[in-house]
Amino acid sequence: MRIDDSRPIWAQLVDEVRRLITSGEWPPGGKIPSVRELALEFGANPNTVQKALVEIDRLGLTTTERTVGRFVTTDREAVAAARSALAETSADGFIDAMAGIGLEPSEVISLLEQRWAQRAAHGKDVP
Amino acid sequence: MSTTIPLEHPAIEVAGLRKTYHGRSALDGLSLSLASGQIVGLMGDNGSGKTTLLKILAGLLSEWEGDVRIGGQAPGPGSKALVSFLPDASFLADGLRPADAIAQYARFFADFDGAKARQMVDFFALPWDLTLKEMSKGMREKLQISLAMSRRARVYLLDEPISGVDPASRDVILRGIISGFSEDSLMIISTHLIQDVEPIVDSVVFLRGGRILLQGAADELREQHQMGLDALFRKVYAS
Repeated sequence: MRIDDSRPIWAQLVDEVRRLITSGEWPPGGKIPSVRELALEFGANPNTVQKALVEIDRLGLTTTERTVGRFVTTDREAVAAARSALAETSADGFIDAMAGIGLEPSEVISLLEQRWAQRAAHGKDVP
Repeated sequence: MSTTIPLEHPAIEVAGLRKTYHGRSALDGLSLSLASGQIVGLMGDNGSGKTTLLKILAGLLSEWEGDVRIGGQAPGPGSKALVSFLPDASFLADGLRPADAIAQYARFFADFDGAKARQMVDFFALPWDLTLKEMSKGMREKLQISLAMSRRARVYLLDEPISGVDPASRDVILRGIISGFSEDSLMIISTHLIQDVEPIVDSVVFLRGGRILLQGAADELREQHQMGLDALFRKVYAS
């Protein structure tokens, strides 16, 4: 995981775990790795990972079963809501960038459709 | 995260610590209290007092002024039993292989966990058949870290554990430190490579001229100053 300098690391870990859950890499109902395993995987401090996981619990994306461990929620609505939230954040950043160079919504939509199709056909190396 | 750690028994308490070498001040009235359960980055340029502080905590230097407590004890045989110190320089004989070094540590330290040391040697993928002389600098450093971290100590002091090794080895060493860290201990890592240790520390202590320039929880400092610790360090050093 690449660390972004301007934000707390725990918040970046929350984003990464949200991405793992909404993308299905961590499937609903699946057991998630221990704090130490995740600390090793992310190369991050165990207390920081623990803090991020508590936040993920609070967001309703995981549940902690005492003594058994932590599991991804089986509540598909919660996962869908998290996916929408992530998508909206990315869309906002994209809209700011496009508005910043003076594009209209209709131009942006056709650009988006065109690039989406090109990349679907040729992969991410489309010039 | 230091706010969540119980503060009633600081692992280390230092007050008004002064140390001079031939009239030159190395530590200039330093005070510091650190709780267990965290990894602390001790950061500062050469001559800021990092090594002197660690050596005093390890009980290796005498003739200083001030008050120093490790787990409530003044530096001496009792405190030394609580502290595992990894010095900056190599301390093992050239002819030893990993198993010999592990056996030597087991003789020296009653709290040494040989099984953990072997696990860490394997974690670092060190060759069991090479002597220290035949190992690269990075391998030797990994072996020494494996030994230092395999004591069941209350306080671990690692002096510049990543300074002389390549970036790929640094990453592996830091992961080894995460995997071997025991939650009820205090670990202090001194370094001038702030960016490398930034993701693994709970809190940082910036030293300059034998005094504390800045101290705090790593993520809180990042949030408060809107910059990484490396950038923050450069900024406060320049001021």
